[in-house]
Order: sequence, then C-alpha cells, then structure tokens
Amino acid sequence: MLTILFDGVAYGMLLFVIACGLAITLGLMNFVNLAHGAFAMAGGYVAVVLANRYGVPFLLCLPLAFIASALIGLLLERTLYVRVYGKSHLDQVLFTIGLVFMSVAAVDYVMGSQQQFINLPEWLRGRIDIMGVGVGRYRLLIIVICGALTILLQSILSRSSFGAKLRASVDDARVARGLGIPVDRIFAITFAVGSGLAGLGGALGAEILGLDPTFPLKFMIYFLIVVTVGGTSGVTGPLVAALLLGVADVAGKYYVPQIGSFVIYTIMIVVLILRPQGLFARAR
Amino acid sequence: MDSLHAAAAKSLAMRTRLHPAEIAFWLCAVASYFLLPGKHLILSEIAIMALFALSVDLLLGYAGIVSLGHAAFFGVGAYVAGLLGKYGYGEPVLGLVVGGFGAAVFGFATSFLVLRGTDLTRLMVTLGVALVFYEIANKAGFTGGADGLQGVMMGPVIGLFEFDIFGHVAYAYSLIVLFVMIMAARRIVGSPFGLSLVAIKGNPLRARAVGVPVNARLVGVYTLAAFYAGVAGALLAQTQAFVSLDVLAFHRSADGLLVLLIGGAGYLYGGVIGAVIFKLMQDQIAALTPQYWQFWIGLFLVALVIIGRDRLIAGPAALLNLLRRRS
Repeated sequence: MLTILFDGVAYGMLLFVIACGLAITLGLMNFVNLAHGAFAMAGGYVAVVLANRYGVPFLLCLPLAFIASALIGLLLERTLYVRVYGKSHLDQVLFTIGLVFMSVAAVDYVMGSQQQFINLPEWLRGRIDIMGVGVGRYRLLIIVICGALTILLQSILSRSSFGAKLRASVDDARVARGLGIPVDRIFAITFAVGSGLAGLGGALGAEILGLDPTFPLKFMIYFLIVVTVGGTSGVTGPLVAALLLGVADVAGKYYVPQIGSFVIYTIMIVVLILRPQGLFARAR
Repeated sequence: MDSLHAAAAKSLAMRTRLHPAEIAFWLCAVASYFLLPGKHLILSEIAIMALFALSVDLLLGYAGIVSLGHAAFFGVGAYVAGLLGKYGYGEPVLGLVVGGFGAAVFGFATSFLVLRGTDLTRLMVTLGVALVFYEIANKAGFTGGADGLQGVMMGPVIGLFEFDIFGHVAYAYSLIVLFVMIMAARRIVGSPFGLSLVAIKGNPLRARAVGVPVNARLVGVYTLAAFYAGVAGALLAQTQAFVSLDVLAFHRSADGLLVLLIGGAGYLYGGVIGAVIFKLMQDQIAALTPQYWQFWIGLFLVALVIIGRDRLIAGPAALLNLLRRRS
C-alpha cells in the first residue's frame, strides 16, 4: 500500500518535471504546445545513447540530456515557434501536431521502433527497506532530484528578478516591453528551460515510462492533464495535479487493471467541466 | 417590412441553389466511376475520408468548434455497422443509418462537455472523450480489442448489388452516400439553423444578444457532426468488411482536420477537395517511403501554419467566391 503510494509519488514527480515547461507555455504564454513530449523524448534518447553506446556515467547523462533538449528547444523557438505565438489555437494545434508527427517518424528512422532500455548503474537497482516499506532506489533518486528541482523552480519564479520579469511579461507583454524588459528573450529562455526540464524528465523517466518513438503521442494527454487540471497559478497547481495523477494512475493500474486507464481521463473530464480554469487557478 | 422578408427569403434561396460548379463537380465524380475502373478501391477511401472531413467542417467551418477527438464518432459508427454485419444484420443501408444514429447518441451525450470553457478546454475534453472511447474498444470483449472485429459479413446493397473485391460497388455506394450527405448538409447550413451557427462562430456574445440559443445550437451541430462522422465510419466498416482500433486512433482526428484545412473550411466541398489531394499525396509519398509517411504529413502541417492557411486556401476560396458572384 505504502509502496504503491511511493511509486505513485515518484511517477507524479516525473510527470511534473516533464510537464512544468508545458505549464508555462500553455498556462502562462497561452500557447498550446502539443509537441512538448517530443522534447522529453529527445532528452530520453540522448541519455540512452550516451549511457549505452558511449558508457557515459548515468548521473552525467542527466545534465547532458537537459542541455541537449534545451538547445533544441531554443533553436525551434527562435526559428519556428516564435512565428506561431500570435496565431489561433487551431493553428498552434496543427503546428505542434505536425512537429509531433515529424519527431515520431524521425526518431523511428534513426533509432528504430523498438523500446529502448537504459543501463542503470548497480547502485541504483533494487529496493531498500525503510521502516517496512520497500523503496526502489531509483525511484528515491527521482523523488530527490525532482523535489529539489521543484523547490528551485518555485523560488526562481517567485523570488528572483527573472521570475518577476517573466510574470510581468506574461501578464502584459506590451507594458513589460515599455518598461524595458526584453520580453522576447525572456520567453525564449523560459521555453528553452522548459524544454530542457522535459528532456531531463524524459532521461530520468526512460526506465519507468518506457521510451520508444511513440512517446510524445502516448504521454501527450498525461502532460496536458497535469497542466489543465492543475491550473496555471505558478507551479504548485501542476505539482499537486501531477502527484494526484501519478498516485491515481499507479493505484488504478494496480488495483483495477481493467479500468485503470479510464480513471485519469475521467478525472480530467470531470475537473474540466466543474472548473474549466483548473483546480488551482487564480480567480480572474 | 414585407419587402425585407421577401429579400431575406430570396437571399436564403440563393444560398441553397445548386451552383453550376457543383453540378460540374458531380459530373466529374460520376465520370470517374466509368473512366477509372482500376482505381475504385482508393476512390472509395477518398469518398469516405471526404465524408469524415465534411463532418469536421460542420463543426469547425460552420460552428467554429475545434475538436481533437472527432474520431470517437467515426469509430462508434464503424463498430456499430461492423457488429451489425457480424451478427447477421448485414443490410448496408440499414447499417449506415443505425451507425449514424449510434454515433449521434454519443455525440449528444458528450456535447454538453464541450459547451463549457474556452478553445483550450474543448480541445482537452474532446481529446479525452476520444481516448476513453479508444480504451473501451481496446478493453471490451465485443470489439475484438487490438485484433480488430473479425467476421464482418455484408449483404448486398438494397438487396441487389453484392460488394466485389475490386471495389466497384463500394465506390458507387460511397459516392452516392457522399452525394446525399452533402446535399443534406447544404440544406442544413443554408437554413436559419446553419446561419445562426455562423453567427455563433463570428461572435457568441452578440449571437446570444440577438436571441440565438447558443448552447442549444452547439449541442445540435455537435450531434449532427457526430451523425455524419458515424455514417462515414459505418461506410468504412462496410466497404472493408473489417474494423480495427485504428478507426478511433488520434491520428484519424488529426487527419480529418488536416484534410479539411487543405481543402478549406466553411464551404462543404473543402473536405472533398482536401481528401482528393491528401490521398493522392499519400499515395505518391507512401510509394517512395512507406514507413515514414507520417514525417511528411508533419512537415506539411508545419509548413501550412508557417506559410499561413489563408494563403494556401485563398486560391480555391477566391475562385468559388468569384463564381458565386457571377451567378
């Protein structure tokens, strides 16, 4: 029982780290980025290739996956995304679905369609026993890393001057520009960091979520649920939503495997009907 | 006041009158049956895709509702028709009607979900509904799950025309269904109901202010579009005598949007033109790289948005306007 809770929390933390970049683009910048999972997949594949083919230590793969996805994100943001910011949601949906299809086919072409497994170091395998609860070492690592990232993110958004500038740019881009805030650059950096976090999450999650070319399609709905259910008032809402979703999904698949995957969709639909702005949205 | 009524009635009648370009189009479609007998299999696929895109057009082009889960209704129609065929009720026309109504029931039931919230919520909810349907079809016993629905036996159309392996009957049948459905759709969009949809799409707030029952109209059009999608799905199930999970897959919803946007939304024939272009493109590219066809759809979508949909569809739309003004 507690083990399931623990696994669920680890799963939720992963979802949160991947989805928080989406929370910012979708929630704050009002851009529907269905291709967000593609960045997570990119990070996952970078980590797998580095670890399995070149023998790079696992812990070093993680920051490299972050950097690689962030660079891809930055490149795409500057060349393509920036042209679609002002367009209608329909255009944004079409554009990002297009990117998803391209990334799925391209990864299939380069890496093959089979599922990838990452070689974990010996000290991350197996379980340890803490007060009678079987705790997977790898899942513990995920919780530690993701927990630290969450605190870091929250403090950056609410305490630093960058966070203040970002919030200002989001609330009113015109006024922010008038005050001399480099809005475009802030959006680009935010997008890159969001993509990088997705990549890091993809690298960490390769073991748990699985990694194959259909990853962006398979998990698209999960990331979207985290954001839409959580609302967009900072990172707390998505965090709570991700944890709820993680625990509900793991528990659902464990206790009622026949209807396991309906649980989360149903939760999402019900929440969206009752609160279209999300559970934890600011009153507007 | 009377003259105003007369003028309004006249302009409404103008909108629903059959245009010479449309007659020419249908003559071409009939000619294609006789001139391209070797292509009937792909032509009936085009007709089915066109019907599905027509259904998306009713939602998106007329009412402005963006749905990411329209395949849900296509799939319901396909499974209903397939199951009827499997359990001995293989009369195609009956299957079409039942498939359409089956989808319409689900459309009506889920239409209340799309009334709330903005575009974004709608996207999520429609996507979520389609995923739930997909999961049901995947898990339920009666659908055959991932193996698909085997043993669908179709009877002859109206008791006379047996389906053949070359798709001759299938194409004629699909074409006639498409024709009937488009003719019905143009009556609907030309009616006050259709016009009020356009008003809602333009500005829901003002539409409400002039007395349009916005929510009722959206429920209506959503149900109607589900009916159309269900008929398209049933048509596919009957002509292929097989139903797989693919009918509910996400990429089908995406294809429906794409096909419509290639041809242009909001004038009914956009889906047909889009389906022709899409299938021909698919045929050509798939011959070169069968496995990575998706990549090129993706590239096309990205280019479509970056270059601007308006510019791509401006051609046919302007042509149509020109013709309309002439007449």
